[in-house]
Parts: sequence; structure tokens; C-alpha cells
Amino acid sequence: MFFFIARRLLQAVGVMLAVGLIAFALFQFVGDPVNNMTGQDTSLAEREALKEELGLNDSVFVQFGRFIGNAARGNFGHSYRQRRPVDELIWERFSATIELSAVSALLALLIGIPMGVYTALKRHSWLSRAFMTLSLIGVSLPTFLIGIFLILIFGVTLNWLPTFGRGEVVDVGGWTTGLLTLSGIKSLILPAVTLAVFQMTFIVRLVRAEMLEVLRADYIKFAHARGLAARAVNFGHALKNTLVPVITVIGLQIGSIVAFAIITESVFQWPGMGLLFIHAIHEVDIPVMAAYLMLIGLLFVIINLVVDILYYAIDPRLRLS
Amino acid sequence: MESMASNMQNTVEQNAGASPSTPLLDIRGLTVEFPGRRGNLVAARDVSLALAKGEILGVVGESGAGKSTIANAVIGLLDPPGRMASGEVYLAGRRIDALRLPAMRAIRGRRIGMIFQDPLTSLDPLQTIEAQLLETITAHLGMTESAAQRRAVELLDAVGIPEPSARIKQYPHQFSGGMRQRAVIALSLCAQPEVLLADEPTTALDVSIQSQILDLMRQLVRERALGMLIITHDIGVISEIADRVAVMYCGAVVETGATAQVLARPAHAYTKSLIAAIPRPDRKTARFRLVQQHATVESTARRLDVKTHWLGQRRSFDGDGDGDGDGDSGVDSSNASNAALVELENLCMRFTTVPSVFKSRRRYLDAVDDVSFSIRRGEVFGLVGESGSGKSTIGRLICGIHAPHAGRIRFAGVPLDARGSRRALNRLRRQMQMVFQDPFSSLNGRMRVRDIVAEPIRFHRMAEGAQLRAIVLDLLDYVGLGGAAAPRFPHEFSGGQRQRISIARALATRPRFLVCDEPTSALDVSIQAQILNLLKDLQQELGLTMLFISHDLPVIRQMCDRVGVMKSGRLREVNDTETLFTAPRHEYTRHLLDLMPKLDILSGDGGDGDNPN
Repeated sequence: MFFFIARRLLQAVGVMLAVGLIAFALFQFVGDPVNNMTGQDTSLAEREALKEELGLNDSVFVQFGRFIGNAARGNFGHSYRQRRPVDELIWERFSATIELSAVSALLALLIGIPMGVYTALKRHSWLSRAFMTLSLIGVSLPTFLIGIFLILIFGVTLNWLPTFGRGEVVDVGGWTTGLLTLSGIKSLILPAVTLAVFQMTFIVRLVRAEMLEVLRADYIKFAHARGLAARAVNFGHALKNTLVPVITVIGLQIGSIVAFAIITESVFQWPGMGLLFIHAIHEVDIPVMAAYLMLIGLLFVIINLVVDILYYAIDPRLRLS
Repeated sequence: MESMASNMQNTVEQNAGASPSTPLLDIRGLTVEFPGRRGNLVAARDVSLALAKGEILGVVGESGAGKSTIANAVIGLLDPPGRMASGEVYLAGRRIDALRLPAMRAIRGRRIGMIFQDPLTSLDPLQTIEAQLLETITAHLGMTESAAQRRAVELLDAVGIPEPSARIKQYPHQFSGGMRQRAVIALSLCAQPEVLLADEPTTALDVSIQSQILDLMRQLVRERALGMLIITHDIGVISEIADRVAVMYCGAVVETGATAQVLARPAHAYTKSLIAAIPRPDRKTARFRLVQQHATVESTARRLDVKTHWLGQRRSFDGDGDGDGDGDSGVDSSNASNAALVELENLCMRFTTVPSVFKSRRRYLDAVDDVSFSIRRGEVFGLVGESGSGKSTIGRLICGIHAPHAGRIRFAGVPLDARGSRRALNRLRRQMQMVFQDPFSSLNGRMRVRDIVAEPIRFHRMAEGAQLRAIVLDLLDYVGLGGAAAPRFPHEFSGGQRQRISIARALATRPRFLVCDEPTSALDVSIQAQILNLLKDLQQELGLTMLFISHDLPVIRQMCDRVGVMKSGRLREVNDTETLFTAPRHEYTRHLLDLMPKLDILSGDGGDGDNPN
């Protein structure tokens, strides 16, 4: 177990170095930071001084080393546009994106898995057919379209829910949360549902397919032949075996919820990292882009590690004795 | 218990016709249908069977004969859309086929236990053996946790699992195949059922494990006065364990009677031909007997004049026969009849089972350990051994699917190794082909049969255009499929037909060496006879050299000129087939021969002369 985790961590470091290289390459190839930061009336001497200050005169290797060293300490330099430390900017937005993604992921899992199980067990009921038709719509409609529909229905026509922003937020020990105020929760509903729909329908289909496969297995038939109750067979044996392969995919999906949040955040003007990233692209604010890239990379690496450990915990066949 | 068991023994010995007042399990006029788009498929037709206490009733038949359907119908677990169209099932005089689900569930496991074919897939891989046993015991017997625990350990002990209190904490994957089947038996005995339905309980096991499991099942039936219905395609199993036997063909029971009587003096024509088709373990016959109802299939094979046909051309492989002169022509010219075609020298193959950065922590499996033998030109060399003995690995090493860890392989005098030029290696590869065990996974389901057969010819650029098409059609005719098969896809064919496609594909490069890795072990005995006859004919007509890998000793005896016996990666004995079977030298060979079902009671008319079709 120890060696297993140690090896995974080592691989994670390798992945992060590779992501770091790509992020660093942004500085080299996308625009000239000095040009971006200065106006037309800046003198050549001032430009040189700024270049020296930013460390742009050093060799590429030194710059990369410095970038990685700083990144490891969470220091991504200053935003070219806003002239503030990038880590501060991201931290301000971090809680918004994490709350949105976590609520979406919970929605997707808590609705998606039971629906998947139901449609697998009652394959021919009309409710299952309805679920499958709905899930087909959910899988095929693009996220932004769903968001716009929801805004139109619940925001504009019915006027029940706010359509942009995060509502009122409370600061709890440096973490701003919208979950403690009514307006915060109301603001969260539409973007969270929008973000969850695709993942949820995806999970329904995945769980259903895996479960149908497992239900055909010999050990399920044998469990029935031993006279075990349907509940014990379906949930004690079938569901657990279904979840083994499903966990990997769901893990990666949760990573992509954070990544997909970019679209949802711009549709709902949600003040999260995704929106920050979109603005950073418009303004060629490379330090912000690099930091966001590294953060998403780190997130995927962590999720992968957690999934591997979960796998290990669930499936005894992986625990070599 | 003891006295009861001996009582039962008496009833059993009274045997067949004299049925006790109420049979334990009574199936009357059972008909099972599977409604489908093209009408109803009748899987079982008017089947009547009666099982007494302490009796073992064998149900034998080929795949699709409806054997498993009967067991599934009895326990109410027919795969949808199957349903009982008519008939009644009585358990100890009480009708059970019309019961509702909760009542049926109280019977499953509690009064009727079931054992399935494949012990590797019958157990939930994510739960310990203990969890699965406890769950079943508490579901039926309502015991306390500790009482159930004690019972679970006792059960494992009763089915012969050593150190039951330690092993009960383990997961299924930590058990070997035979051990898992013992655990499956323990699970089905959890709640002391009166009837056991065993569906091909030993088919997935090696011979030595098979005889242990059959012994165990016989002992349990006697001790606990169970009634057991054992379903199998294997007459050998029937002759070893069953008191009475019912023979099924196309969903109907064609013959029932005491085992000794049915096997020795079969009354029905199908039973006769089925028994005659079993490869004889005791002496060699010229051809395999065919099962009558299937005999028509053989006639579609069209004989080709191999001397003039493309397939027979350039079969000498000597001199510059292939015209692309790679310079190995000189090596191969000594065509003495018993010169070796394939030589293995000190061949080793090692798989890493536990990888590690540190050399000392790695674990290896020596699948092939210092094996040397040679295969002469034109002979059929058999490799026999239990699963995991390394026999398939040798076939794969020769064909280049694996690279040997140490040692060398020479083909027609030329060493086969990665150092040779790719072109020269391809030239040699063309001369050797392989037929795999599983006809379902060895053909690409997305390719048409004609492309499957044509692929190797195209790859080696041996023919193209109209000539290629003609060759493919001829090949399909030659293996008895007919040209109509060409535009179809593999899933449209049965297992035996697919194996014919595999053989056609293997012949397509005009090979001189064929590796057959258990080519018939997935097939029924009647289909097996057809395929083995086909291989025999091809071997003789084309002068093929063959490596025939099998775990089935009777088949080996019929097919092979010489045999090598493998165990744990090592070659234990090599000898002429007849010598090996009549005077085995190695202890392990003797052991294997002892385990072989003797089938002494079979009808004696299995000779060559009469009715060979």
C-alpha cells in the first residue's frame, strides 16, 4: 500500500512538471508581457527596467526553474492587468467555483446513481423509458444552451430565481460562502443544475450499462439460486460490483465539472475561477492563465490519486497479499 | 445421518425403474419456450424426470439440448423471455412451479441448492467467502451471528477446504479453481437443501480436480441423503457419478435408464451414435465416429485435387520454391523423412507476476522451464498437461507471440529470433499458422468471412484480385463450409463452423506447420469429431506437420504420433503415443492416465469398420 501510494505520488510529480512546462511555455509564446503591461508613452529605459524586474532577461532554464519553484509555493507572480498577486486573485474566486462544482457533483451523483440503478433493475417500466429519453436529451444538449433555457424559464418568465452573480456571501475564516444566505442559495440553484445536467445524464447511462452487465454475471444468478432476497442481491452484490468501474469515470467527470464550469460561469456571470480565466484570455493575462492551468492539472492529479486509493479499498483483487 | 445414508444407498441400488412412492423431485411434462420475433423457440419439450432421495441422476446432451433449461425452470430462474409453457414440478409431493416469488425464494437454497459451471465467476469477487456464507445461512436459518459463523467453518471443512477458519476470511481470487468450486458447493449446502442441481459442475476444471470434486459430490449425496441432478455434456462424468442417466436431444429426453445399462446397451439411435463418437481412450482408431444427426454436415466438403490446386503448390519448401530466394534454401534441402522441422532447445519463458523496482522483491512464474524437444516433418506432435502447465505457452513461443526468456527455437534449421531480418522472419512465419481454442473470440466479428480468410494471403502478398477470390472460395469449400459463407459475418456461425473458418484462415498461407491449441475443447463431442477428422484429413493430404495441444488424453491418443507430457512448465516425458499410453514411464503420466475416465462400460462396438459415415 505504501509503495503503491509512493509510486503514484512520484508519477503525480512528473505530471505536474509536465503541466508546469506547458504553463511556462505560455510566457514564452503568447504575447510580450512588457507590451501588455505598459502604455505607448513608456520609455525604453522603463521597459528595460520592467523586463529586468520580471526576470525576462535570464535564460529559459533559469526562468523555468524559478517558475516551478515559485509555483510550488503558490506564487504565480502578479497579474499583468490587475497588478495584484495571482494567488490572491485565484483564492478570492476559488471558493465560488468549488462550491458550484461540489453542489453540481453531489446533484449529479445523488440523482444519477439511483436513476441508473433503477433503469437497470426495472428495464421495461415506463418510468425507465422516460428517464432514458430525458437522459438522451441531457447528453446531447450543450451546457450553455441548457443554462440559457433555464434562465429564460426560471429567471425571465417565472422570475423565481436570480440569473447572475453569487448573491450575498458570508466570510467564514477566509472562505467566502454563499451557502449560508438565502440569496446565495437561490443564486446557486440555476448554475448548479445547469452544470449537473450533463454529468447526471452521463452517470445514469454509465451506471445502467455497467449494472446490466453485472446483473448478467454468474454470481448474481448464483445469489438468486441461494434464495437471497432481491434487495440483498441487487444492492449487496450487484451495486458494489457496478461501482468498481464506475468510480474511475466518475472521478474524471468530477474533474471535468470544474473544467466545464468555465462555460456555466460565463453564462451566469458566476464570479469563479472560470470567469477569471475567460477574462485572462481576453486580456492575455498570462500569469493568471498559467496559474489556472496548473491548478486544474493539480486537481486532476489529486482526483486520480483518490480514485486509485478508492479502487484499492473496494476491490480486494488489487490488494496483493 | 449415517443410518439414513446407508438406507438411501439401498434404495439407490434397487435402481432405475423401481421408483419409490413419491420421488423427491418430480418433473412432469415440462415444456419451456422462449418467445422470439421468429416464433417460439422450444428449449425443452415434454420432459419428465424423477429424482429419488440419495440418487444421482445425470442429464447428458450436447449444447442447445435443453439441459440447463430444465434446472433453471425447476428453480424458477429461466432467463427472460423464457417461460414454462406447460408441465408441473413437484418437490416431495408438493407442486412448486406455480409458486409466487417469496415462496419460491424460500425454496431456493433452502430446499433446492444449485451449483454452476464456472467457479471463477460464481462467487462475488468483492466479498469474502465468509460474508457470502453468513449471508446465505442467516437468510434461511435465522441463526445468531456466532452460530452461523461456526456453521460456515464446518461447511468449509465438510467440503474439504484445509484450514477452514483461516481461509474463510479470504476473497474468492485467493482460492484456486478447484477450491472455489468447493466453496460454491459449501454455499449451495448452507441451508441443508434436499435437492442439488449441478449444472456442468466440473467442466471448467482440470481432470485431477474434476475427479476430486466428483468424489466430494458423491460423498455428500451419500452422507446427507440428497438427491442430485447433474447436468453435463461429458459422458465420462456421467459414467463416474450418475446412478441413472437421461439423454437429451433437441429439448427432449430420448432415453432414460440406469447408467450402466444406457452406456453399455443404448437403445436410442442418438444415444448410440453419441457414445460411439466419444474419442476412445483405450485404442487408436482411424477416424472419429460422427454423431448421426449431424452427419450430413460433412458431406458439403468438396475435395480438391491438392496436387494441381494453388493450395498444394510449392509445398516442397525446398530449394528456391518460393522464388524470393532469401538464401536459406541450402539449409532446408536435407528432406529426410524423420528430420526435425521444429527444434526447441532449453526453452525458458518467465512471466513477472509481482513487478517491483527491486530485483529481490520481484516474483516470477516459470511458464516454460528448460524444455527441449523436436517435431519431425509430417508428424502430429501432441502436448498434454493440465491448465497452467505451460503447453499453450510453447505453442505461442514457436509462433512468435511471446519471445523466449532463454533457449532457442529452430524452424527448418533456421533459428527463430528477433535478430533475424523482418523479411526472413515473415517468410518463416508464413509457413506456420495457429488455430486457437475459443472459436468465438479468435475471429474478428467486424470482418466478413472472406476477408478473414483472405487477410493472411494479402498480408504475405501471395495472390490478389480474381485469383485471391477463387482461392478463398476453394478454401471455404475445402474445410466444408461452402462458398456461401464468404459474404457473411462470424456471428452467423456456430462454434464448429467458426473453427472451420479458423482452419481455413490458417491454411490460407499454405503453411507447413500448424499449431492447434485446444482446437476442440470448446466444442460438443459431435462437432469435435468433425473438426478432428477434418484436421486429420488436411494433415494427411497436405503433409502438414502439427503441434496439437490438448488436455484431453483420448483426443491426443487418436490424433498424435508422439506425445510430450507437461507439468509445471517442465516436460516430463516424450514418447510414441502408443508406448506412452500402454507403458508410461513417468509417474505423472501414470497419474494422468489413472484420472482418465475409463468408460469400460461403454458399448464395445466402437470399432472402425461398422458405420463410420
